[in-house]
Amino acid sequence: MSDVRFRRIDEWRWEIPPTGGMRVPGLLYTSEKLMKGMGADEGPRQVANVAHLPGIVNGSLAMPDMHWGYGFPIGGVAAFDLDEGIVSPGGVGYDINCGCRLITTRLCFADIRDRVPALVTALFQNIPSGVGSRGPLKLSQKEERQVLVEGAAWAVRRGYGTEADLEATEDGGAMAGADPEKVSDRALERGKDQLGTLGSGNHFLEIEIVEKIFDEAAAAAFNLETGQICILIHSGSRGFGFQVCDESLARMVKHAGETGIDLPDRQLACARLNSTSGRDYLAAMACAANYAWANRQMLMHRTRETFEKTLGMGPRELGMRLLYDVCHNIAKIETLPVEGKEVRLCVHRKGATRAFPPGHPDVPAAYRKAGQPVLIPGSMGTGSYVLAGTQGAFTETFGSTCHGAGRVMSRTQATKSCRGRSIPKEMAARGVIVMSSARGTLMEEIPEAYKDLDEVVEVVHRAGLSRKVAKLRTLGCIKG
Amino acid sequence: MINYHIFDHTADLGVEVFAATLRELYAEASLALFDLLTDLSAVRETEERALAVGGEGPDDLFVNFLRELLYAWNGEGFLVKRCTIREVAPRRLTAILLGEPYDPACHRIKMEIKAVTYHQASVRRTEAGWVARVVFDV
Repeated sequence: MSDVRFRRIDEWRWEIPPTGGMRVPGLLYTSEKLMKGMGADEGPRQVANVAHLPGIVNGSLAMPDMHWGYGFPIGGVAAFDLDEGIVSPGGVGYDINCGCRLITTRLCFADIRDRVPALVTALFQNIPSGVGSRGPLKLSQKEERQVLVEGAAWAVRRGYGTEADLEATEDGGAMAGADPEKVSDRALERGKDQLGTLGSGNHFLEIEIVEKIFDEAAAAAFNLETGQICILIHSGSRGFGFQVCDESLARMVKHAGETGIDLPDRQLACARLNSTSGRDYLAAMACAANYAWANRQMLMHRTRETFEKTLGMGPRELGMRLLYDVCHNIAKIETLPVEGKEVRLCVHRKGATRAFPPGHPDVPAAYRKAGQPVLIPGSMGTGSYVLAGTQGAFTETFGSTCHGAGRVMSRTQATKSCRGRSIPKEMAARGVIVMSSARGTLMEEIPEAYKDLDEVVEVVHRAGLSRKVAKLRTLGCIKG
Repeated sequence: MINYHIFDHTADLGVEVFAATLRELYAEASLALFDLLTDLSAVRETEERALAVGGEGPDDLFVNFLRELLYAWNGEGFLVKRCTIREVAPRRLTAILLGEPYDPACHRIKMEIKAVTYHQASVRRTEAGWVARVVFDV
């Protein structure tokens, strides 16, 4: 149970006033309903802990899907001054550039009504998923290093997609500053055969249908319409990213005493942004981010092939197009407004999504009037949201918003509550066909283990951190 | 019977291990990790590996020990059936691991453990014996 005190500011904002070594307040974006479960775990304590870190700007922020992580809370956003501040691998997470990719099609429900089971089965067979799954390629070290620098462009160059895919990917699918020399042999070893794999746990690939449009103009810009079939991919940098985080964190823990930074939790271990250690982490992290973008690019390609083969359709008929690819576990150097001035900051988004506003140059030209597309996956089979970035997020939350439903139930609690139940049957009764390589995953990922996605999205919409554009419902899902 | 239990953590997996001595605590912890990953009864002792780990103190050493074991699995595909601690000091540990390379035909993997975190990691001596806590990112 958390001992942290809150002060309500307005309908959607709660403050954790600074106490002890907190340099800035904590700020939670949430609702009365979601607040009821708040404080049951260590999430709010972790928001307060992050506020202790040097160079933190404005506040330690938490999105409505926030929950207890390790070190930083999941759903946390914190920005740091480049001279005084720090970068923390724990503020990014082990799955560096875990993120989502939404693909639109020309298909409507009638086109696949009877084919959903066949599509789910084919996707499950063609897309490696589950623990330690191996991908279709075995990269040489030279090739792997190219992936780490070029990201999704490497995959496109190899024929796994088109230039248009890169334009619809955050950072064009390649983060600058990636240096493979800063990556260990162990990370390279783990990465060599996992490209094009989905992973396990909460990662998934879903066939979805656009159920409701909230913002016609933005939906038109995003090429979304009611009844349209889409595919949502949720995956990250696989073992490569875990290894980069693990080793960077261990190094920073080892040298924690030398930084003069007092840490309330060792998992917050960090390095000054202007130190060699800080720069080395950012260079290795960018490699992992690029690995993840190449990975999702390859997953999309395999999805496209599977749809073509299963439905007997050509690319033109299928009309698969990448709407957007956005990450939700990352640290990025960005120019953002602070007290009316533009400043360069290092923004940590750990379980939070970039949500840049209309007109921002980093938003693809086709979407610039609407704002950056934000992809919010729900829990298994509950569908997802497409939002658009806003000026509110830009000025208030370092251009960030929520990332998903957020867990409320531990995995053991979820599994216990599944005794005597058949999750695939329950999902089928809801009109969702689910396949997973591990039965345990389905139990751990039951919808009631997560917060109410509608409520989470309502908070960011009402608080002005993003605008609702469309809601999608799940038809089929493959999980690791 | 491996002497450990899982404590609730919203997103991750907390494990508490108990033993009479510090050496046994490490040995039990290694089995707890592999018991979570796989069905240990299907793992044979066909290969032996030596392990040497350092740390800044007992808590750090404990995390590093588990990090190395986890890498044996997810980096090298090696499943550990038994771990004998040869030497344990506050900043250094050596051990012998017995187990076998993963074979999908024989071994079922129950879950993915991404990493061993430092969050609330501790090794302490109580009146009843030794207790260690750790949170795995799953």
